[in-house]
Amino acid sequence: MSELLKARAGEKLIFDHPSVLSEAVTHYCPGCHHGIAHRLVAEVLEELELASRAIMVASVGCSVISYDYISVDSVESPHGRACAVATGVKRARPDTIVFTYQGDGDMGAIGLAESLHAAARGEHITAVFVNNTVYGMTGGQMAPTTLLGQKTTTTPMGRRMELEGGPVHMAEMMSQLAGVAYAERCSLDSVRHIRAAQDAIRKAFSIQAKGLGFSFVELLSGCPTNWHMDPVRANTRIREEMIPVFPLGVYKDITAQAVPVIADKVVEGRS
Amino acid sequence: MSQAPERILIKGNEAIVRGALDAGCRCYFGYPITPQNEIPEAFSSMLPEQGGSFVQAESELAAVNMLLGAAACGIPAMTSSSSCGIALMQETISYMAGSCVPGVIVNMMRGGPGLGDIGPSQSDYFQAVKGGGNGDHRNFVLAPATAQECYDMMFSAFALAFKYRNPVMVLGDAIVGQMKEPVRCVPPKHALTPEQLMQQGEDWRLEGYDRHAVPEPRVLRSLLLKEGQLAAHNRSLHEKYSAMRQEAAAEQVFCDDASLVVVAFGSIARIAHSAVRHLRQAGHKVGLFRPTTLYPFPEEALRALISSGKRRFLVIEQNLGQMVEDVRLAIDGQAPVSWHGILPDLYVGAETLRAPILEALEGGKHV
Repeated sequence: MSELLKARAGEKLIFDHPSVLSEAVTHYCPGCHHGIAHRLVAEVLEELELASRAIMVASVGCSVISYDYISVDSVESPHGRACAVATGVKRARPDTIVFTYQGDGDMGAIGLAESLHAAARGEHITAVFVNNTVYGMTGGQMAPTTLLGQKTTTTPMGRRMELEGGPVHMAEMMSQLAGVAYAERCSLDSVRHIRAAQDAIRKAFSIQAKGLGFSFVELLSGCPTNWHMDPVRANTRIREEMIPVFPLGVYKDITAQAVPVIADKVVEGRS
Repeated sequence: MSQAPERILIKGNEAIVRGALDAGCRCYFGYPITPQNEIPEAFSSMLPEQGGSFVQAESELAAVNMLLGAAACGIPAMTSSSSCGIALMQETISYMAGSCVPGVIVNMMRGGPGLGDIGPSQSDYFQAVKGGGNGDHRNFVLAPATAQECYDMMFSAFALAFKYRNPVMVLGDAIVGQMKEPVRCVPPKHALTPEQLMQQGEDWRLEGYDRHAVPEPRVLRSLLLKEGQLAAHNRSLHEKYSAMRQEAAAEQVFCDDASLVVVAFGSIARIAHSAVRHLRQAGHKVGLFRPTTLYPFPEEALRALISSGKRRFLVIEQNLGQMVEDVRLAIDGQAPVSWHGILPDLYVGAETLRAPILEALEGGKHV
């Protein structure tokens, strides 16, 4: 542990560093939510004692070097194919915990087929899907999840329904597939939502550990750099512009007794 | 000792499956395409019976990426396809080479370009040997000519993949894959056991870090961004590819005193073999040089034939001139090299090759 994180005389440590998260200096931009998402995954793997038998499939995008931060066995996938690579890993080693960590371009555009078919087969893997409505690494081009009217470097006039079509709703699509055991959309814009996101990630990995099917968690995230706004304003944008288009909630949960409710209220009801 | 009970009548495609299973293959991923459909069909029943995993993927893209995932775990695994399907796999084959994971890809070639046809063709020699994927990488390419070789070469394919941590392609065609022949399904002498194969992955495979000898996370990657990292990695790959050259192999028939050496591979080499044998019986000094590895190309063995006499060479292949380039590079202008091409979808007989071989023997056109 770095010296900065150690409790000195007279100090009480109240916020620790999860062992699964490395101490590498982040390459993410200020205000980026990948750091929070990485930490949530790392904390869940530590809490559920799954890290030592976990295999992460890294995707292509800003999070391509996620293995520099999340300290588990990892393999790098070609762009979009993470769920296919994860399928191969899990089929080869059914005794491991396998997850992908993918952005919206990777999972919702180039890798949509691999993602939906792995889900349809009910592969016993977990997909963590970071949706920030832009291609971050390549400089802010239109993503499959870009909102109508949103300006990007390839939609300088704003995304238009008649020319570029509308945003892709991954959680909703996933929930329609027979092999999916769990699909939830969360957000990383506020502490309350972050806590709910961790509950969802915990549930997703638990479902995999029990061998119940494909589990999916979508995380609405901010990209202040490519949104051209400060981190606080980016969080506001998630609340005011993204959540109305991408409603939070549990879209499918085969372990739940009640019929899933598709509404933000599900999240608000959490402790 | 009678060998009769051990021989079974199967297609080359089925021999691929039996060879792969006996060599230790535990996972198969594939997508239907003619002329190799017997491979996924046989795996779909035989692999689960042996405790392995079969997945019919949604595309060749998905299939080869499943292979990448299984290979990263050090599990003997393979995929198969044909020509245009193999084209779709090229990016991931490059990733496998860059990440140094072993995998076997069977390609039963069909006619091209584009959707082409489903008949025999050798027009993907360039794709297989020169690589369709990006970056400086090389794959082993093995070329079976018979159903028996389809069985036997799967042992070599997995052994080479694990020894060098590199993709291996087995390159057949519609004749090799579809023809039924008696095959003796007994592991070749000196073949590794599946356990010996798996042991070779102990130092690098992914399995969850608490199972490693040193319990630290491992990363299999091809992305190397820091200055000098990729150069160092590619230098080590180059050294590996140099070492791979020692695996070059070829079969030679009647070459010792031949005035003309026919160079051919796969099913065409088999037909050329008959033609050469018939011409020998008629007193013509012709021989056959059949590369069984197309990469590495057995150039030293071929070059050795130049020095031993005033020889001519004739390349016969079912395409518009691909392997002939490697033959010319090996011969390097030291002997005349001519070429005879066969168009796709033509099922030539030995008698068809008689005239071009005699023409080359007599010093016919030097293309």
